[in-house]
Amino acid sequence: MTEFTPIPALIGGSLIGLSAVLLMAFHGRIAGMTGILTGVLPPAAKDWGWRAAFLLGAIVAPILVPILSGYEVPFASPVPVIWVMVGGLLAGIGVFFASGCTSGHGVCGIARLSGRSISATATFMVAAVATVFVIRHVLGGF
Amino acid sequence: MQRIVLAGLFGLIFGTGIAISGMINPAKVLNFFDIAGNWDPSLLLVMGSALTVAAIGFRFVLRREQPLLDQQFHLPTKRKLDVPLIGGSAVFGIGWGIAGFCPGGAIPALGLGDVSAWAFVAAMIAGILTARTLRRFAQQRVTQTA
Repeated sequence: MTEFTPIPALIGGSLIGLSAVLLMAFHGRIAGMTGILTGVLPPAAKDWGWRAAFLLGAIVAPILVPILSGYEVPFASPVPVIWVMVGGLLAGIGVFFASGCTSGHGVCGIARLSGRSISATATFMVAAVATVFVIRHVLGGF
Repeated sequence: MQRIVLAGLFGLIFGTGIAISGMINPAKVLNFFDIAGNWDPSLLLVMGSALTVAAIGFRFVLRREQPLLDQQFHLPTKRKLDVPLIGGSAVFGIGWGIAGFCPGGAIPALGLGDVSAWAFVAAMIAGILTARTLRRFAQQRVTQTA
């Protein structure tokens, strides 16, 4: 059970959007986690430096948030680790072929009104809702 | 150097947004997908506000000739829908629905030190590398037969 949290959702979402706008304005790049991450995996892209810096900043952020603001970041994973890894493997294969994920297609792509991104986002959202329905309400799992 | 430092700062803003919004939290993400159960609509507002800010910002940014620190904007050139896009998105959605993590949620979650985030990212990297090998293999076969 998690509560509806409209204020953190709006603040956090706006920051995600702001980051995308800034990365486009300065680097001319899509703030998509799939593309940025793939570029640092060996054989890394020539411009891996800014990618590694972006990833590092993203990893450090949840450590700094409670220290600087006093806001404890809510986190709970109800899924057994073995299933988390199954999900991770599928997600990795999927985002590679789809050339993007929630940040790249769902935020940056739709913001540019890209037909490919709108289709991709609709597909992965429906697939995720269907998967959770099957796991929770058909199989009675986590 | 400026490019690297600013990218780190923008990553910090991204990760802060992910952490505050709840996208970092698999329990919340899974409840967002669970429309037949204890539905938590918070992530609708996350997506909506991120999209609104990005759409408005891009309108101004992409009007310029070039970005501030590069010669050109690096935007996708493909326009048509294809099987890898839709099939890949479907497979990603299934993985997201199982684990409750997407790439943008899981990378910042590494900082929280929970084993599930590390397990997800390790498996996701294995998935990306597997997919890259598969595609290279398929492309080699195409060039050999052509």
